[in-house]
Amino acid sequence: MPRVNFAAPATVDEAVAVLAGSSGLAKVLSGGTDLLVQLRSGRTRPELIVDTKRIPGLIGIREEADKFVIGAATPGVMLSANHALDHAWPGIIEGVDLIGSQQIQGRASLAGNLCNASPAADSVPAVIAARTTCVVAGPGGSRRTVPAEQICTGPGRTSLGKGEFLIEFHIPKPRPHQCDAYLRFIPRTEMDIAVVGCGVNVTLDAGGTCTDARVVLGAVAPTAVIVDEAAQALIGHKLDADTLARLDAAAQRATKPITDKRGTIEYRTKVAGVLARRVAAIAFERAAAR
Amino acid sequence: MSKHHVTTTINGEPMEYLCEAQQTMLDVLRDELGLTGSKEGCSSGDCGACTIIVDGNITCSCLMLGVEAEGRKIETIEGIAQGDRLHPVQQKFLEHAALQCGFCTPGFIVAAKALLDTTLNPTEEEARYWLAGNLCRCTGYDKIIRAVLDAAAVMRAEAGR
Ligand SMILES: Cc1cc2nc3c(=O)[nH]c(=O)nc-3n(C[C@H](O)[C@H](O)[C@H](O)COP(=O)(O)OP(=O)(O)OC[C@H]3O[C@@H](n4cnc5c(N)ncnc54)[C@H](O)[C@@H]3O)c2cc1C
Repeated sequence: MPRVNFAAPATVDEAVAVLAGSSGLAKVLSGGTDLLVQLRSGRTRPELIVDTKRIPGLIGIREEADKFVIGAATPGVMLSANHALDHAWPGIIEGVDLIGSQQIQGRASLAGNLCNASPAADSVPAVIAARTTCVVAGPGGSRRTVPAEQICTGPGRTSLGKGEFLIEFHIPKPRPHQCDAYLRFIPRTEMDIAVVGCGVNVTLDAGGTCTDARVVLGAVAPTAVIVDEAAQALIGHKLDADTLARLDAAAQRATKPITDKRGTIEYRTKVAGVLARRVAAIAFERAAAR
Repeated sequence: MSKHHVTTTINGEPMEYLCEAQQTMLDVLRDELGLTGSKEGCSSGDCGACTIIVDGNITCSCLMLGVEAEGRKIETIEGIAQGDRLHPVQQKFLEHAALQCGFCTPGFIVAAKALLDTTLNPTEEEARYWLAGNLCRCTGYDKIIRAVLDAAAVMRAEAGR
């Protein structure tokens, strides 16, 4: 691999300083499961790599009264093993669990999955559907809170400025009768990239009518997309045949897919609708059961 | 670009080495430390031939930098047997002939050992999913899975369960 400089700072501000002070491209390293592949292929040629895993808090999960605070570099194995998180948001954990093999899970983080900015990133739809916010550290001690959906701007592109990086994810805790689900569609059962991914997060009233919803599709547009029209199809309704049909149609309309070896535009569009229906059914069932 | 001095633990032994930032852990193991049991297959995290255990978690050493080993506990295929005594997973790979060319074998054995470190009662499905990140192009997976489940049975018996 090409030569590169390396720093493993012990504090957030030190990390910001080295990132901001780099004359060439500087890359943050979390689990490296995207970054190292890209370094080797030459797709990215950074002058500096900054490993954030030595910074206290960057790995770990903390529960507060109204939210989970998750260190940006926390690996998948730690997220899945956290019973409170898994119980609160099974859909987020379903997305995390789909990322690669057990070997990849030992390293892959939410921050890397989001900031790699692949439209097919599996943890992202359910993370966005839960109205997660990200804490972004930057020069001058700045800390800004950004909704997760505003981090990616296109394939491989983020809204982060020079010297900025994610330090935490804040995932709100579920309200009564609120739950989520995530499914991806791939041509095989393991180790593939989503043809379509869908995260749905719903809140129901005591009678099972939806009072709030977020439907997020992955792999069908340059970034994950929040489908407001699909959420509107759910809100005020139970999950009957009419509602499912409107959800399906709204999901299909929201896609701007491409044709590649995993599927054509027509196929992805159709699968988006089917998947939205399936995921909504799971999310409704879970929400009703709590 | 100066070399980085790394202090770590490999197979229970304190270890120090110098490496360049772009060297992967796999490069360091094979080229600097002479631990050539971990294999380079795909170099993209797909094949699992370079699997090692880092602080208890299996990892593709091709997707980890050598400098990241600072202060960590690393286990490689070279540390799985206790002297001349093979680990049950190794013994069962022999008995079930769960290998042909052997290139993928170190990765499978390290990954399977890590599975049995966490549970002695894996179902076949759990074992298959756990090993989904290890590819074998010779035997097919059946003998490998049988060997792993048989090793689990041996270890359960040894543990008196
Ligand atoms: C074999 C294999 C299978 C895979 N399968 C899947 C899959 O099924 N689904 C899927 O979604 N992905 C998959 N991936 C991709 C990858 O594992 C995930 O995207 C993973 O979540 C990346 O996390 P990481 O911590 O390893 O990121 P890294 O590689 O460390 O970083 C990825 C990118 O994000 C940036 N970054 C990292 N941390 C931060 C931060 N704190 N702030 C700002 N920027 C940051 C890096 O600079 C880099 O550009 C797979 C990868 C491999 C090798």
